Amino acid sequence: MAERMGFFTDTSVCIGCKACEVACKEWNELPDDGFVFEATSYDNTGALGASTWRHVAFIEQTRAVRVDGHEEDVDRWLMSSDVCKHCTHAACLDVCPTGALFRTEFDTVVVQPDVCNGCGYCVPACPYGVIDRRQDDGRAWKCTMCYDRQLGGLEPACAKACPTDSIQFGPLDELRERAAARLAGLHADGHTEARLYGESPDDGVGGAGAFFLLLDEPEVYGLPPDPVVTTRDLPSMWRWAGAAAVSLAGAVAVAFLESRVRR
Amino acid sequence: MAECHPVGFQWVMEAKARGAKVFHVDPRFTRTSALADSYLPIRAGSDIVLLGALINHVLGNGLDFREYVLAYTNAATIVSEDFRDTEDLDGLFSGFDPETRTYDPASWSYEDGAGGEADERGESARRQTEAAGAERFGAGGAGAHPAPRTDPTLTHPRCVYQILKRHFARYTPELVERLCGIPETDFAELAEAITANSGRERTTVWVYSVGWTQHTVGAQYIRTASILQLLLGNMGRPGGGILALRGHASIQGSTDIPTLFNLLPGYLSMPHAHRHEGLDDYLEREGGETGFWGNRRSYLVSLLKAWWGEAATEENDFCFDYLPRLTGDHGHYTTVMGQIDGTVKGYFVTGENPAVGSSGGRAQRLGLANLDWLVVRDLTLVETATFWRDGPELETGELRTEDIATEVFFLPAASHVEKEGTFTNTQRLLQWREKALDPPGDCRSDLWFYYHLGKRIRQRLTGDEIDRPLRELTWDYPEEGEHAEPSAAAVLREIGGVGPDGRALSAYTQLRPDGSTRCGCWIYCGVYADEVNQAARRRPGREQSPAALEWGWAWPANRRILYNRASADPEGRPWSERKAYLWWDAERGEWTGHDVPDFEKGKPPGYLPPEGAKAEDALAGTDPFIMQSDGKGWLFAPAGLADGPMPAHYEPHESPLHNPLYHQQANPARRIYHRPESPYNPPESPRFPYVLTTYRLTEHHTAGAMSRPLAYLAELQPELFCEVSPQLAAEVGLANGGWATIVTSRAVIEARVLVTGRVRPLRVQDRVIHQVGLPYHWGWGSGGLVTGDVTNDLLPIVLDPNVYIQESKAMTCHVRPGRRPRGRALLDLVEEYRYG
Repeated sequence: MAERMGFFTDTSVCIGCKACEVACKEWNELPDDGFVFEATSYDNTGALGASTWRHVAFIEQTRAVRVDGHEEDVDRWLMSSDVCKHCTHAACLDVCPTGALFRTEFDTVVVQPDVCNGCGYCVPACPYGVIDRRQDDGRAWKCTMCYDRQLGGLEPACAKACPTDSIQFGPLDELRERAAARLAGLHADGHTEARLYGESPDDGVGGAGAFFLLLDEPEVYGLPPDPVVTTRDLPSMWRWAGAAAVSLAGAVAVAFLESRVRR
Repeated sequence: MAECHPVGFQWVMEAKARGAKVFHVDPRFTRTSALADSYLPIRAGSDIVLLGALINHVLGNGLDFREYVLAYTNAATIVSEDFRDTEDLDGLFSGFDPETRTYDPASWSYEDGAGGEADERGESARRQTEAAGAERFGAGGAGAHPAPRTDPTLTHPRCVYQILKRHFARYTPELVERLCGIPETDFAELAEAITANSGRERTTVWVYSVGWTQHTVGAQYIRTASILQLLLGNMGRPGGGILALRGHASIQGSTDIPTLFNLLPGYLSMPHAHRHEGLDDYLEREGGETGFWGNRRSYLVSLLKAWWGEAATEENDFCFDYLPRLTGDHGHYTTVMGQIDGTVKGYFVTGENPAVGSSGGRAQRLGLANLDWLVVRDLTLVETATFWRDGPELETGELRTEDIATEVFFLPAASHVEKEGTFTNTQRLLQWREKALDPPGDCRSDLWFYYHLGKRIRQRLTGDEIDRPLRELTWDYPEEGEHAEPSAAAVLREIGGVGPDGRALSAYTQLRPDGSTRCGCWIYCGVYADEVNQAARRRPGREQSPAALEWGWAWPANRRILYNRASADPEGRPWSERKAYLWWDAERGEWTGHDVPDFEKGKPPGYLPPEGAKAEDALAGTDPFIMQSDGKGWLFAPAGLADGPMPAHYEPHESPLHNPLYHQQANPARRIYHRPESPYNPPESPRFPYVLTTYRLTEHHTAGAMSRPLAYLAELQPELFCEVSPQLAAEVGLANGGWATIVTSRAVIEARVLVTGRVRPLRVQDRVIHQVGLPYHWGWGSGGLVTGDVTNDLLPIVLDPNVYIQESKAMTCHVRPGRRPRGRALLDLVEEYRYG
């Protein structure tokens, strides 16, 4: 298998231009999501979904900050481009009964639309609410990290279009190093609220292939604070189920034998 | 900048990553503010107060870069005794004629040289500026005395330095707080940062766009920034300057090779029917004889030779008489009034959508409806082409389709990827682009359209004398492909110029006044040097110096920073190692460095002009501003501006406040149209208490014809909305996500409501001022997947007197909750507001 590839999305330099959303839709030929004014800052596409594989969140904050000994209201407008996390332990892949979801040679997680039967098991399995079924054809869709472009030696469309390098694509190890350096720099400049999200292999999904630098709590961006692969307990559940089956079978056998004895 | 120039903003982010401090001044907290180190909310229309106070801060505390200022600006120059300041005349400079509402700039001139002899050049400058205005000047502007009287101690009460000091003394931090709404502490932080980051070791750059230009004092906004940057020594140096961001691809190119009525290519002014008798007369009146504009005969003659070839001879003034003549203001808004009045019968509209995109949309459409014929060329069926069947005036009953006699021709246009040619960006960089695919169907490039239109017109010409200019025009480009597309490269080569041997020229200094050279635009001379399309060069930045001289081609002569002589000290040494860019190599006897010198390569720093020298020879080796007749950066403009030699704060034409600085409320020379089609809100009117400002969003382009038809863009910003503060929403009863009706004396429109803390009420002159923000991307048509009311219908038609740009960044309005009325009731509501 080739090197594991990933995204590092540094939200501290995101300017909210949405070039990633548009480039993604252009390259992947996704349908629009309808034309609805949502009155939620500059976000009118709402969330990741079957037809939105990059989504820029806009969070308007007014925070009281202590400046020169007195409280001052400081405006902050957080922008962050969200995407499928391409988890190390991907529940969507675990539950897929047809093998439509598979792990690529780049260690990313991709749905094959010609295999997907639309069962939808993957949808509740995702701890981030990323993968979704399209209303019209029923099949599940999500970010492929531009698998086709990667096969051609190109970076994904969103990273290519990002003017400020908020979205960086590359070998995951390298991105983790870069992110750690960026975080240290921000901390040194006094931005102690900056943190990485999804970069740790020790988290509930074994580390995300697409991780983030955030400037606030994950919940502020609509991200789960402590995501856990929903199939984490499957092996033990199967063990319990197996044990239960064995004991049930045993009980049946015992009952059967007992009845024979009694007779 | 992040909103409207996200790709360019990457360089701001790079600078920030290297430690640059980024300030953002804007009426709203935008995507740019979100990334800036410091955000300063400002009341729209008050920027001269802020910039003037920065100038006052510099002058009052002696923080100017004195060595630079003394050597490279006109700070020491003594101004005429007759000059009177706004501070003396309560908001007017000397020379104002209230009848014509224009200035006679004679009293602004430099004091005459020794003996006070009536100087020929001074006289010529005065004549050029009688009633200065947009139709009077090329960028050459006016000439001034090349060697005026000076006081290097800067203590003479009439030297420019002292005049500036007095003029800006009232622009204090307290005034900034009271007029702009910027707290004194925020101002202090900005003032400290720009002065700490200017001088030998450091530079500060200002970046602006139409937020500065679209005002009745727009040109003076830029002047104020220029004064500040000159005082701090930030012009002509790396990391310095004043960067104008353009609103479209190649808008820079469309002023270089102009679509403006008052200019010929290369900022030569268009001749005037009543003021320019012949070539000699034109050249004499169009500026001084010193500095590089002193060679304008070479520039103009080479242009005439490019256009009329062999027919242009010394004997016939090189066909100068063939050029069209101005008779006055033929700008956009005056043309629209001419349409309404029936004096303008036909109209070409290419790549523009005035029915939606220009101020006072109703007046625009009434003009269109009164034409004989209208030609519209665009990518989609824009509102300007369909107003007669679906415009808002049909709904209100003001127009009926059957009454509109305008014959409309719509011609589909090729997009930028469907044709080859150049874009000229804000950095004056020409970049060639290849054609990616053929245009579909009947779509054709603009080049194709005008070329073939010209050919067809020429087929119909007679032997009459009146047809001679068109008959003799050179109109013979190679044609390519099945549609006979003229060769864009051949056009570029003609623009770039050829010498007597027919070979491409390499720089404008090779142009001659005798008709032996041909050049379609003197500043572009050399773009085809060595018979190579220099604009098509694409050597990656990592393979060359930081100035990247082999990426594309920058006018003039591939110079990347203008006036870069100023990056070295008077002796020709870099101001500092850190900021070294260009320097004098005494051994080789030439200027050298990272860029092409914007100076004569072999002119030593110690050069002094001999008596009576002309053109560039009249400038000393320490005069970096080579286009000026005195080679100096003008802190005080003795001529060339229509509304004063220095900036002064005036309120916008429509303002809720009075001007506390002067009795004079607004720019006295602003261009006003008293027309029933587009009336004004009275100043300080309680009926229109809110400040209105308009702008663009990242997701859309101008009037929306290039973005509303595209699903991926339309879904990102699907509806017209207004941005209001929570306080204003509470005051008038607006709900987030609901509807608002916005009213001015011109129109009523409806928009969805976005309540946001990013728009803050400002405390200005002891009252709370609310600002309402409206993007202007929507209209009823253009094949849009999303449509909406036309924001620009709300706007007044009132213009800056220098360049005739409309004031679209600071107006007044009223806001009501709910949707607007329809039909006749809509007109009644406008009437109700208009007359109170």
